[in-house]
Amino acid sequence: MPQAPQMSEIVAQLWPEIALFVTACLVMVVGLSKDRTVRGLCAPLCGLGLLVAGYLAITTSVPTATSLPFMAQYGKALAAGVGLLLLMLMSGTADRGLEALLGRGEAGTGSKQPGSIQPGSIQPGSIQPGPNKGSGRFEPMRSVRAEFYSFFLFSLMGLMLCSGSHDLIFLFLALELTSLPTYVMVSLSTRRDRSMEAGVKYFFLGAMGAAMFLFGFALVYGATGSTSLSEIGFVLQSRAAETGSIGPLATIGLAMSLLGVMFKIAAVPMHFYTADVYQGASSSVTAFLAFVPKSAGFFAIMLLAGCAGWTYGPGGYGTGNSLPSELRTLLWTVAVLTMTVGNVLALLQTSVKRILAYSSIAHSGYMLVGVIAGPGVASAVLGTGVGESSLASNGLAAVLFYLLTYGVMSVGTFSVIASLERQRTRRSGDGAADGLVDGLMETEEVDHIDEMRGLWKRQPLLAAVMVVCAFGLLGLPPLLGFLGKLPLFTSALGAGEITLVVILGLNSAVAACYYLRLVAVPFLDSGEPATPGLIGMVPFPSRALAGVVAAVLVIVAGLAGGMLGKEAARGGTFVPASRTMQAERSGTAQPGAMGDGLTSVEGGR
Amino acid sequence: MSLLLVLLLAPLVGAALVGVLPERLARRVGTLVSLGCVGVFLVMAGQFDWSRSGDDQFVTSGVWFEPLGLRFSMAADSVSMLLIGLTVLLGPICALASYTAVTERQKTYYAWLLALQTAMTGVFLARDLVLFYVFFEFTLVPMFILISLYGGSNRKHAAIKFFLYTFTGSVLTLAGLAYVALQSARATGVWAFDFESIETAARGMSFAEQKWVFFALMAGFAVKVPIFPVHTWLPLAHTEAPTAGSVVLAGVLLKLGTYGIFRFALQMTPLAAYEYAPAVAVLGIIGIVYAGLICWVQSDIKKLVAYSSVSHLGFCVIGLFALNGIGLSGSVLYMINHGLSTGALFLLIGMVYERYHTREFKKLGGLASQMPVWSTFMVFFAMASVGLPGLNGFVSEFMCLLGTFQAGGSATWTEFGMTPGRFGDASLLPGGTFGNLGPWFAAVAATGMVVTAIYILYMVGKIVWGEFRAPGHEPGHGGHAGHADHGALPRDLSRREIGILIPLAVACLWLGLYPSPVLRVLEQPVANVVQQVQQDVKSWGQGGRSEVGAGDGDRVGTVAGVEGER
Repeated sequence: MPQAPQMSEIVAQLWPEIALFVTACLVMVVGLSKDRTVRGLCAPLCGLGLLVAGYLAITTSVPTATSLPFMAQYGKALAAGVGLLLLMLMSGTADRGLEALLGRGEAGTGSKQPGSIQPGSIQPGSIQPGPNKGSGRFEPMRSVRAEFYSFFLFSLMGLMLCSGSHDLIFLFLALELTSLPTYVMVSLSTRRDRSMEAGVKYFFLGAMGAAMFLFGFALVYGATGSTSLSEIGFVLQSRAAETGSIGPLATIGLAMSLLGVMFKIAAVPMHFYTADVYQGASSSVTAFLAFVPKSAGFFAIMLLAGCAGWTYGPGGYGTGNSLPSELRTLLWTVAVLTMTVGNVLALLQTSVKRILAYSSIAHSGYMLVGVIAGPGVASAVLGTGVGESSLASNGLAAVLFYLLTYGVMSVGTFSVIASLERQRTRRSGDGAADGLVDGLMETEEVDHIDEMRGLWKRQPLLAAVMVVCAFGLLGLPPLLGFLGKLPLFTSALGAGEITLVVILGLNSAVAACYYLRLVAVPFLDSGEPATPGLIGMVPFPSRALAGVVAAVLVIVAGLAGGMLGKEAARGGTFVPASRTMQAERSGTAQPGAMGDGLTSVEGGR
Repeated sequence: MSLLLVLLLAPLVGAALVGVLPERLARRVGTLVSLGCVGVFLVMAGQFDWSRSGDDQFVTSGVWFEPLGLRFSMAADSVSMLLIGLTVLLGPICALASYTAVTERQKTYYAWLLALQTAMTGVFLARDLVLFYVFFEFTLVPMFILISLYGGSNRKHAAIKFFLYTFTGSVLTLAGLAYVALQSARATGVWAFDFESIETAARGMSFAEQKWVFFALMAGFAVKVPIFPVHTWLPLAHTEAPTAGSVVLAGVLLKLGTYGIFRFALQMTPLAAYEYAPAVAVLGIIGIVYAGLICWVQSDIKKLVAYSSVSHLGFCVIGLFALNGIGLSGSVLYMINHGLSTGALFLLIGMVYERYHTREFKKLGGLASQMPVWSTFMVFFAMASVGLPGLNGFVSEFMCLLGTFQAGGSATWTEFGMTPGRFGDASLLPGGTFGNLGPWFAAVAATGMVVTAIYILYMVGKIVWGEFRAPGHEPGHGGHAGHADHGALPRDLSRREIGILIPLAVACLWLGLYPSPVLRVLEQPVANVVQQVQQDVKSWGQGGRSEVGAGDGDRVGTVAGVEGER
């Protein structure tokens, strides 16, 4: 029976998270400073924290006590790396109006400003456009940025914890730590009502998802008598070895858990919030949503599915290399629906964010194919050693690699719309409920696809980023997206999922329709956008820089990304519980011969 | 080794240069770089050991993406060399042909034209499956941009249709290739995508597996060729593309499909290729006749030539699926010939369009009186396209038909390899009578030649001869073609325009009168393919054609063939 890891062992794995936690606390303190320049340190501090966390993640290599011992290291490095890109994208998201005014020296640090803007307590029409000349006074109510940045770090911390979870409770807390800050971030991200609406929607549906997987966790605990993932895996697989299946209670429990986690990855039965929330949040936060909760969800799905293992075939346990047939059917259906629904609905959208939201759904579907494929024959065969995990035949490694490619490419696409804003003079009656004032020059996020028209002439760099990243998401060789998709193809074929591969291929072709629109409108359509107002760059160059870095990565890693793929392959190394089982079989008494259900509670502490 | 990389990367570097340098230098740099590539190619051709034309030479290899076993491996055999020669030849021609046609956004134009050349060269050089696929797919982007920025009025629709059709097909091709790679990995324990290990693994598959892989491969290649039911993107893309775009599209891009069939479909899945040869050939023949008939009723010259491509490539396809030496080498030769003559026709049409801004039969006529030089070239290339003996089209078309005629048919299954060719010199290339087609296929396909003659002569008759008719000129008032519309262009062809047509004309004449040097260097690679196919099919036949009811396939093929003939 595998031993539950000691506390000291667990802490030894958590240095990156600890670094992020310390940074988050520091950021909160710094953000309270009176001095604007000190408060301006929030973002650089975050960056520093992420760099340190990334460094620690790469250097501390402590395998976790799960069936995916090396996933934590990869996941943490991934979170830190893409987190840095996301951080660049975040600048100015919270309270951007204030920053812009500050930039022009018109407002902000000035005298007492009536009716400071605080989301949630907005009185329509109560705010006057006060000409404020700076006197260095601090305005706590408008200075929301520190909280925003520390929430950002907390969420990334949750993601890191997720990748290294070894216990159901741990996993639940990590998933919630990933999600809870995002609810706040969505609501804070713009001052419009629809952000609030998005936040509320996201919160309630998120709570429902959490309830579902918590319920599932409870059932799994009931079926196995343990919350430790390795023990669950051990119990389930030894039971499967005895009776041929993991038993109905565990199956239902795992299925419920997986369905609940589907919320995080926006897979089809749980995808309804996606488009609205993505559209409601500001573009930078949307990019965050597209990557962080999704990755956390996939880590959780792989860990949970890993409990059952990929050793089932038509003849039950040990006769093949797929998940138990019920779980496989569930994931298969979800994957096919997710890809298809995501792609088809994306075709109908006119909002860039909604297109990307549905495309994000579709990408979750692609990645589920990797989960279904599993770790491939090599490591799933009973009794074999860990062996070399190959990216081409290991579906889990393919998913891990795809998360990286998707993260980079989606940062790129979102950075384009996050870097653009429409400026126009506000007229009275224009959505007064927003709490904004008439007569001000105000800026709005760019969202409609028509607003990208002629971008090539106005902002060639952004247009190029869009073209590269959209082609990357499409999976056009030799870009990074293609290398991400290829292992999904090969691993799924290796698992005999030929139908799934064909559906995946056809879906990629459908996706070409809307990605081509994202390419064609900014690059080919000339003429000015039909909407009123001038479209220009936001005053935060780091956003465009994030896009450029992402686009360069998409090209360069596509040509020379071998190292990244190797790391993903290592991260996806799957150690079936049966290996431990065999080692133990000679010694301790078997926990087998347990029927199903609550009678089998005696697990092993 | 380095020469090969130079040939591949020079256009890409040129594209970057064009992007950096000021706009006014764009076309000069573009032309110079593509001319430089011709030079590099000539040097390469000099170093190429033509006596070992079937072997891969200039082998270059390096690690690209290790976790998947992807390698950057390239080489060239004579088939690659010939097709690259065509690509490289068309490069400067396309650049020169755009001097007056493209006046806006020249940097983008020449940069993508050069990038396209890199992609096409890469397809023919690649010796790693995924690398091949990368270049194969990457041709879409430059072409998409060339069509959608510089095309006609309906260009966006055309570009998107072009992209979607080819992308959809080739995704399935990728699935097929990945499946074979998986078989190879299972057999050897190592993931690798180089041609040899993939081919070995593919040939080891059972017929049932080969069948599906064959279908997957053909899904992508058939769209690219294009073979009959999936050809609808081509006329639209051709009509809307700028002249140079059409030239490259007809000249080289369509050949990627036939090249893919030659390299992969035939060599990787010989059993399925043999078994389904009649079915594919029927589609090819439908393409030949049906597209030919469509040509006849076109009102737009460019559309006519576009449909004629579908028709012509039908010959290419039946030549490939004849699976014998004559058919295959005829088919490869046809790839070159079609690129030369159809490319030239598109150039000529572009020249008229620049002068009269129309391509309508109704509005044009009797150009011989105004543009005698143009008319001479037009008649010349039209005859090459018809397949007039003495010009290039004839040789390859005849070889494709001959190959088809001699390609056994189900009746000769028992005696294949025994009978010497009844027509022509079957000993010219080995395997002269092996195959699964037969006289009927050749006979029906040959009617396509008649149709070709009808529509081409119809076109030439309307445009070149008769009373002069052009926009702004009433019939009978000819003689003053020079007006404001022409801009800087003379009434007849300029020296630049004549200069770009001459090399094509010379090549057509040479390949028509004395094709044997080319055929000789094709002998070895073609023989390799034929031997492989023959060997596999033979042992499969001796093994009782496992995994399929004996003779079933033949009967189905014959029935389909008869239906196609009706």
